[in-house]
Amino acid sequence: MADLRTNFVGIRSPNPFWLASAPPTDKEYNVRRAFEAGWGGVVWKTLGEDPPVVNVSSRYGSLNYNGSRMMGLNNIELISDRPLAVNIAEIKAVKRDYPDRAVVVSLMVPCNEESWKAILPIVEETGADGIELNFGCPHGMSERNMGAAVGQVPEYVEMVTRWCKQHTRMPVIVKLTPNITNILMPARAALRGGADAVSLINTIQSVIGVDLDQMSPMPVVDGQGTHGGYCGPAVKPIALRMIGDIARDPDTAGIPISGIGGIGSWRDAAEFLAMGATTLQVCTAAMHYGFRIVEDMVDGLSTWMDQKGYATINDVTGQAIRRYVPWSRLNMKFSTIARIDQDACIKCGLCHIACEDTSHQAIARTREGDERRYEVIDAECVGCNLCAHVCPVDDCITMQPQPVEGVLTWPEHPNNPARVTSGS
Amino acid sequence: MSQNPDIAPGRLGDAELALNFSDAHPPLTHAQAVVEAERCFYCFDAPCIEACPTGIDIPRFIRAIATDNMAGSARTILESNILGGSCARVCPTEILCEQKCVHNTREEGHPIRIGMLQRHAVDWQMNHGGQPFTRAEPTGHRVAVVGAGPAGLACAHRLAMHGHDVVLFDRHERAGGLNEYGVAAYKLPDDFAQKEVDFLLAIGGITFVSGMALGRDMTVAGLRREYDAVFLSVGLAGVRALGVEGEDLDGVMDAVTFIENLRSADRKTVPVGRRVVVIGGGNTAVDAAVQARRLGAEDVTLVYRRGHENMSATQVEREWAQTNGVTVRLWASPVRLVARDGVLAGVEFARGAQGPDGKARYDMADTFVIEADMVLKAVGQTFVSDPLDGGSIAIAGGRIMVDDSGQTTMEGVYAGGDCTPGEDLTVAAVRDGRDAADSINAVLSTMATR
Repeated sequence: MADLRTNFVGIRSPNPFWLASAPPTDKEYNVRRAFEAGWGGVVWKTLGEDPPVVNVSSRYGSLNYNGSRMMGLNNIELISDRPLAVNIAEIKAVKRDYPDRAVVVSLMVPCNEESWKAILPIVEETGADGIELNFGCPHGMSERNMGAAVGQVPEYVEMVTRWCKQHTRMPVIVKLTPNITNILMPARAALRGGADAVSLINTIQSVIGVDLDQMSPMPVVDGQGTHGGYCGPAVKPIALRMIGDIARDPDTAGIPISGIGGIGSWRDAAEFLAMGATTLQVCTAAMHYGFRIVEDMVDGLSTWMDQKGYATINDVTGQAIRRYVPWSRLNMKFSTIARIDQDACIKCGLCHIACEDTSHQAIARTREGDERRYEVIDAECVGCNLCAHVCPVDDCITMQPQPVEGVLTWPEHPNNPARVTSGS
Repeated sequence: MSQNPDIAPGRLGDAELALNFSDAHPPLTHAQAVVEAERCFYCFDAPCIEACPTGIDIPRFIRAIATDNMAGSARTILESNILGGSCARVCPTEILCEQKCVHNTREEGHPIRIGMLQRHAVDWQMNHGGQPFTRAEPTGHRVAVVGAGPAGLACAHRLAMHGHDVVLFDRHERAGGLNEYGVAAYKLPDDFAQKEVDFLLAIGGITFVSGMALGRDMTVAGLRREYDAVFLSVGLAGVRALGVEGEDLDGVMDAVTFIENLRSADRKTVPVGRRVVVIGGGNTAVDAAVQARRLGAEDVTLVYRRGHENMSATQVEREWAQTNGVTVRLWASPVRLVARDGVLAGVEFARGAQGPDGKARYDMADTFVIEADMVLKAVGQTFVSDPLDGGSIAIAGGRIMVDDSGQTTMEGVYAGGDCTPGEDLTVAAVRDGRDAADSINAVLSTMATR
């Protein structure tokens, strides 16, 4: 059996699955249910200064796609709207009763040292395992110069991180906003400030949709809408890329990463680990199906690790990073060609029309009597994979790598005006 | 002992009758329709389109349901098939569009429920949008359409769209043809056939004249003189006889007549036997058998002379009969109708089998009798050419000969539907009427009005 226990900058948890700082971790009641369901840890929903913020009614918007609900979710809820003392008492009680689980507290106070200095000992007193600095909240709080307003300025990230490291013994995790051009800038800043780890991604600024009857962005609050934070399965690719960038960058490589962004299954989890994460934070999937989804996440990840021979989480972490390279390092001599399994083909024609209309005219359509047939024209196929993606039958269209002779990358390519020539 | 067979109306109470003749296949809710629509792969060069005689762009109308473009969905259907509502209900989709659905390749028997989706879209239109088409500028041309069944209605509608004025004749009181008088009631409940006729006629430019029979009240030659073109969609007026002893006994009737009575009259007044034998293997036989059961007959046996693979009723129809408590007996050919004291008592059948040459063989020495108070004959309908009045319209193979444009051998006279060769399907009749209208329009648009 694979060992799923994690030690993340000294924070121990029985498995890498934590609930992200979000509505599911707002209260003791929810967190106890989560721990009973088997979650390895939680990041308590962000605490702020009293008086607590006020949240509006009508908070989430959903992106549904072709019958699938909540492919993406956006949220205009702010940080915890409960008094600090209530949250602190509950955190303490929960941590006392679940000493083996990770309890990390998310924090967001105004961007001055006194505010941070004041709240840190209060949190430390709960026995919490660590803090996560919410530099990511992309809506509402950023209008008050907190959240993403800090996270988008590397100097502020570094400064606040440094304050926290100075005023608490607890491990400091800096949560990064994706609403930035280059994720390495705030990541490096966090490192300079002394961060023990980073977590990412926070939600992405978004308008989830427009109510065409009310002519208002959704979710509609009394006839108006505002932008929110986007999360759920649709953001996973953005998260994987940003995590990978940090994991492979010479300056930031090695900093522990808690991966966040659309994780809904053990497979997603394995991919985040492979791209450099050590722990995993989940929110939307739990909000969609309840806390029980952790059962299959734990079970599936463990089974997969056994099948692949990975003994521990650390064995998986970063496995794909070596192969996550800049485009210029890709071998231009590589070629892959689509193959259609005629026995599996159901003759829907989607591969043909996709290739014909939008790609390389590499799938021929023939007809004999009633019999439709779709076949790849090898000479025209550039190996773009589109046909394999649109085919509704699993493994009907497969991409067949062709024998490769040597390596040729763009820097040496004859078409590259700035190519590197040997001997020069 | 009664001197009449045990045939009586009112075997069931009102509530039970209402239930028995309600919608056989209730419609999808919008939520169900969207889920089903989202299953569709939106195939390119979709086989379902080709399998539809009217060539409806099925993937497109289904996608429109999925995107909640209900008006667009309905228009897509109705552009090709203005009787899309009744076709959705009566088409044997299991041998047409749904049989060709690519989902069957992955999981046999689980095609997209195209018929149900089509019904959903057209019902939406009829309930929300009414007639979606408008007429072109009036052309001044007048066309006579004889027979207000699906072919005639489709032809009339398309001609009206083109701006021609149409007079639509029918020998019945109501328009609709077989949809009104010939299909099982539970397939088109809630007076759907008339609602569809009203929906269709709402385009305007079509005058419906009832009670006019060709050969009795009018002639083809006369119509041709009076109108710029004529379309004949007179259907099959004749029924085949069994040609066996006792066929004239009380209680022996044509299934077509039985169904027409049932569709025209208050169901409580329609007599049915306690034990009914239906002879035949087509959809009319199934419709008669199941409706006899649902009227209150205790034992209904459908007897067909060959195997189920030879039946023209589809497997779905056959199973529908069986789930309705109809006993299906195969390989039995009627020998005679049995009378006891001059009263119908049953049918004697000879057992048969397929011979080595593939032909059916019946052993007249090996017979059995099925007791019956009522016998419904459904052994085929025929085209009756007498009303054509011996004109210059050629008949071949028992049907009116038409060319590719739908024109008969008489200039300016077109024909379509069951009275012409081809499969006897509602949807094929609609195609015939629509295409003939386009042919007529092509000719008329080159002619000055007279």
